[in-house]
Amino acid sequence: MSATAIEVSADVDTRPNTFLSVRDLRVHFPTGDGLVKAVDGLSFQLERGEILGIVGESGSGKSVTSQAILGLHKGSRAQISGEIWLDDHELVGASEAEMRHLRGNEMAMIFQDPLSSLHPFYTVGSQISEAYRVHNHVSKSQARRRSVEMLDLVGIPNAAKRYDDYPHQFSGGMRQRAMIAMALVSNPRLLIADEPTTALDVTVQAQILELLKSLQREFESAIILITHDLGVVAETCDHVVVMYGGQCVETGAVEDIFYRPEMPYTWGLLGSMPRMDRERRQRLTPIAGQPPSLIRVPKGCVFNPRCAYSPRVEGDKCFTEHPDLLDTTPGHGVRCHLHPEDRRKIFTDEISPKL
Amino acid sequence: MIRYIIRRLMGAVLVLVAVSFVTFVLFQLAPALAHRSPVYYYVGKIPPSAAGLKALEHRFGFDLPWYDQYWHYIRGIFAGMTVSDGDTTTHCGAPCLGYSFRLNSSVDSLILNALPVSLSLAVGASILWLVGGVLVGTISGLRPGSFFDRAGMTGALAAVSLPIFFTGPLLLLVFEYKLKWLSNPAYAGITQDPVQWFKSLILPWVALAFLFAALYARLTRANMLDTMGEDFIRTARAKGLPRRTVVFKHGLRAALTPIVTIFGIDLGTLIGTTVITETVFNLHGLGLLLITGIRQQDLPIILGVTVLAAVALVVANLIVDILYAVVDPRVSYS
Repeated sequence: MSATAIEVSADVDTRPNTFLSVRDLRVHFPTGDGLVKAVDGLSFQLERGEILGIVGESGSGKSVTSQAILGLHKGSRAQISGEIWLDDHELVGASEAEMRHLRGNEMAMIFQDPLSSLHPFYTVGSQISEAYRVHNHVSKSQARRRSVEMLDLVGIPNAAKRYDDYPHQFSGGMRQRAMIAMALVSNPRLLIADEPTTALDVTVQAQILELLKSLQREFESAIILITHDLGVVAETCDHVVVMYGGQCVETGAVEDIFYRPEMPYTWGLLGSMPRMDRERRQRLTPIAGQPPSLIRVPKGCVFNPRCAYSPRVEGDKCFTEHPDLLDTTPGHGVRCHLHPEDRRKIFTDEISPKL
Repeated sequence: MIRYIIRRLMGAVLVLVAVSFVTFVLFQLAPALAHRSPVYYYVGKIPPSAAGLKALEHRFGFDLPWYDQYWHYIRGIFAGMTVSDGDTTTHCGAPCLGYSFRLNSSVDSLILNALPVSLSLAVGASILWLVGGVLVGTISGLRPGSFFDRAGMTGALAAVSLPIFFTGPLLLLVFEYKLKWLSNPAYAGITQDPVQWFKSLILPWVALAFLFAALYARLTRANMLDTMGEDFIRTARAKGLPRRTVVFKHGLRAALTPIVTIFGIDLGTLIGTTVITETVFNLHGLGLLLITGIRQQDLPIILGVTVLAAVALVVANLIVDILYAVVDPRVSYS
């Protein structure tokens, strides 16, 4: 019986000197229809040189989280609470001026659609130089040299000449490479990649991921990779945060999530992932129902309207009591009322054979 | 880029030919619809004898097929022509847009006298409304829902709703008759008397700009709102750029590009069409000339001003197209 097992709350960061530590982050947007709780009590840590994957459906709060780390909600109507520690900087309470200094310099971001994320009226090179010159007091020609070097590094052929091209003259994959060059130009220690491969075709996706991984090794930076593609996570990440309805429902090492998942939502995600090694006649198993409204979040467990396993929990705990994110093994946190032993049994007996 | 310009230039010439042709044919058809000899609309009177009328019609070439008449007209523009109302015969040198017997002047010299007035009016007003409209629109677009935004947009709504024949006389009443800040603001050429020129035009500028500034403020606001929500603005912020760089270099640059197009076309349209403003402020520009032509049923004047207005619009369009390719690198790329 693991009822006696030590269950340490993952909400409390006990590790000292963590590189990035997000603690009980809440991002709420007041709207005419009510308060949208886009992120509601999210905590995770990230060490230098690690890649953390944040997975979840659209609207689960992935992008809002990443933009909160960069402080891009400042100046909007978003209500943000909790703490974000980057080394010894606290970011939630930081002023816009402090954040501006950190953005692009200590932490950088690449976005989903590289075409709309680049300014259509400025050359690719000048946009990279601009990013370099905000944080480094260098001449235009020095910035140009540095930018060409970066473009070369991310694999743009003939970089010195392509420097003067406009974004529309680049292909999709090249644009994303240019975005990566722009993000890394000032050597940030944290890179947030918000669905960096979603807008690209599959062959280019693999190249971009490979590029990110090799650059990460070279620069020793930490990466947060936001995606809804579990294949990408399996290939790239060290740790995973599974988000649902603005909360972390399961977190752990990538092996924990893929080989020993314990949260029914994670099972659902794995079940809806196409796999080559599965028999063809088996259908993908979608997760029934819709993602929750972030205005009227379900009472109890956020996942309860779509969860097939809530009848196996004694009483109606799933519908009345919000489960805590508890460690089932050290470093593997699960937010579920099912008994840990039952979860493991369900996974090995019912879920795993169908994956 | 060069190829793009040549392509646009050829397009513009084609449009001009088409416009002049359609205008000419329309105005040749009009007299027939009124069951009146076209001679009347050219010289202002009908010769008493049928033979005299016939001779005059022949002299103007009204008995020729329409394409010959059009050719005649075009040739006049480039080579000049000799015109006669039966009593007097005058030579009208190139570029001859026709001859008004009632004003005893060639249409091109009438237009040449009126054009500086219209140009001064349009250009001055456009600078005012561009600066005012873009300024109000930008601030409103950056702070939607703020007091400035609400006040600005309410003001803009009022300004679009008020016609010039209301605001114009109101301005005259207040600044000329009550406050007496401007006495005798008669028009003078900018080269002759710049101060008088300015004094005569400031009120018409304000009246005209008031209306257009409102449109531009709303347009700029909408564009600015859209642009500031774009992904590349988020990128600019994520780079750590200071807010003013984000707003001006990245935001305003993109938001103003469509306004360049509309501005050029508005300015081109305005030349020869500011009839009400010129009437209210008694400025002898193209608008007033057109009204004169219409009042006395003087076809050469109407035709001349119409063609000139069309030329102004086509030229403005051409400039806008070229400017747009300079501003937006995606345009000339194909």
